[in-house]
Amino acid sequence: MADGLTKSAARNIFYGGSLFFFLVFAGLTAHTHWYMVNVSTDSEGLTESVELGKHVWERNMCINCHSIMGEGAYFAPELGNVWERYGGHENPEAARAGINAWIRAQPLGVEGRRQMPAYDFSDEEMNGLIDFLEWTDGIDDQNWPPHPAG
Amino acid sequence: MKYETQKVALPFFMVAMALFTLQVVFGLLAATVYAFPSFMTDVMPFHIMRVSHTNLLIVWLLIGFMGCTYYLMPEEAEREIHSPNLAYLQLAIFAFAGAAALVGYQFGIHEGREFLEQPFWVKVLITISFLMFLFNTSMTLHRGRKTAINLVLMLGLWLAAVFWLFAFYNPTNLAVDKLYWWWVVHLWVEGVWELIMASLLGYLLIKMTGVDREVIEKWLYIIVGLALFSGLLGTGHHYYWIGAPSYWQPLSSVFSTLEVAPFFAMVVFAFTMFWKGSRNHPNKAAMLWALGCPTIAFFGAGVWGFMHTLSFVNYYTHGTQVTAAHGHLAFYGAYVMLILGVITYAMPQIRRVQPYNQVLNMWGFWVMTSGMCFMTFTLTFAGVVQTHLQRVLGMNYMEVQLQLELFYIMRLGSGIAVAVGAGMLLYAFFGPAREQVPAGGTQITAGTGSA
Repeated sequence: MADGLTKSAARNIFYGGSLFFFLVFAGLTAHTHWYMVNVSTDSEGLTESVELGKHVWERNMCINCHSIMGEGAYFAPELGNVWERYGGHENPEAARAGINAWIRAQPLGVEGRRQMPAYDFSDEEMNGLIDFLEWTDGIDDQNWPPHPAG
Repeated sequence: MKYETQKVALPFFMVAMALFTLQVVFGLLAATVYAFPSFMTDVMPFHIMRVSHTNLLIVWLLIGFMGCTYYLMPEEAEREIHSPNLAYLQLAIFAFAGAAALVGYQFGIHEGREFLEQPFWVKVLITISFLMFLFNTSMTLHRGRKTAINLVLMLGLWLAAVFWLFAFYNPTNLAVDKLYWWWVVHLWVEGVWELIMASLLGYLLIKMTGVDREVIEKWLYIIVGLALFSGLLGTGHHYYWIGAPSYWQPLSSVFSTLEVAPFFAMVVFAFTMFWKGSRNHPNKAAMLWALGCPTIAFFGAGVWGFMHTLSFVNYYTHGTQVTAAHGHLAFYGAYVMLILGVITYAMPQIRRVQPYNQVLNMWGFWVMTSGMCFMTFTLTFAGVVQTHLQRVLGMNYMEVQLQLELFYIMRLGSGIAVAVGAGMLLYAFFGPAREQVPAGGTQITAGTGSA
């Protein structure tokens, strides 16, 4: 392969091409950052409670069982659209109560079923977590997932 | 071993293999929970097993890369390592940080982003240790001979350190968080780590086949060029569904399809050099790894990656067991096999004996590689069924998982095979050295034209 190509030419193509593609990539990333802050996510609605919810999410490492927007451990249900799945678009109060009750009911102790551990969240933390999940559901993500099942 | 300080690599290899063993153990535990969900629920919940499994992989691969670099650098730079004591010190710091993170996870001490769960102070220690490593090896390179092999290797390592810094940035906006999280995760494994992979592979091929350095180094630049030209914009295959603009879908469908190219080139490269080579190197086991690594990387990273990278496919498969299948074989082929190959090559020289325990090493190769392939097949079948039931028919997640039980049991079986293979390999590395030369070795003798 590439008998006509010298080593130094190959090296120059590598360095030049990589720099070029990196600059394109960095530029598109910058635009994507702008787009996320201004278009696809609700920056106004990013309240302190949502922020607290993200911390609760991280402190308890939910990502190592669940996935959120398709990223995570695939061991437990997708939660990026859990708000939709609980009917939050139609009845936010019922969705909030439903998610709260579900988390409080863990572990279910059903034999042969994967177990979610018990988490002793304060009301403020629980509210924050649900606010975070509601906020995440509101991200314009090109209509993913294809079905509310997640 | 021409240079005395190449033996610096040995403790790195030993620590890496100890952590590799633990990684396999945690993998077996997690696989058991998939098959039998009540397993250890009160003792160790699944997420602890999973974070331990993935973090051990990352830490041992990094320590492995360091060991490989310390082994290679004196030969390539034609001078001793700048400071062996600095190397031992930075290994101690890195190993301490990794062990502290692992122990902390068992008690719920961690940050909460996938793969970047290490507590802040552990991240700082990792950074310090890695910078000490880069200083040590860069000083060696700076004062020594510069070759394409050691320049590309050091470039890959430095860029890995640069992109690691994004691990410290955790914005409140989840979409922006994910955007830069991939600057660490993707730009490592589908970007600059490929530079490390290609240069280490090039080093093995120069040593074992005896093909002219000019030829190998030209190939090296072509391969790493293909890797970055495709891999940088290929990052966008992670931006399809996280709140990024829609242009990433056509753009990264094309570029991430091209990500197959560097892996294919590495297969052609390794086999071409193998047949062109004139040297009959006695370490047949290392040659087997040097050919096996790009082959499995091509299937795991290349083919299995391509399988779900097109946006209209990924819309359905994203975040299913298909991803898990790809992740397992890609890491195994590209990085695990690479480091095991370098260790196979280096250990006889470090121990100052003829290549030893080669038959056992090759048994380890085949048992472990077969196990990983079978694991990938079971997860792929599970993923296809899951995609159809959940993403097309809209069945509930937990109901779908019940349908996958058979695949998970078979995956556990393949995991046990991997553990057996790993055990054979470790014994071959560190056990008593017996001279074993494979019978009928002509078939795997480079360059005799016996094909």
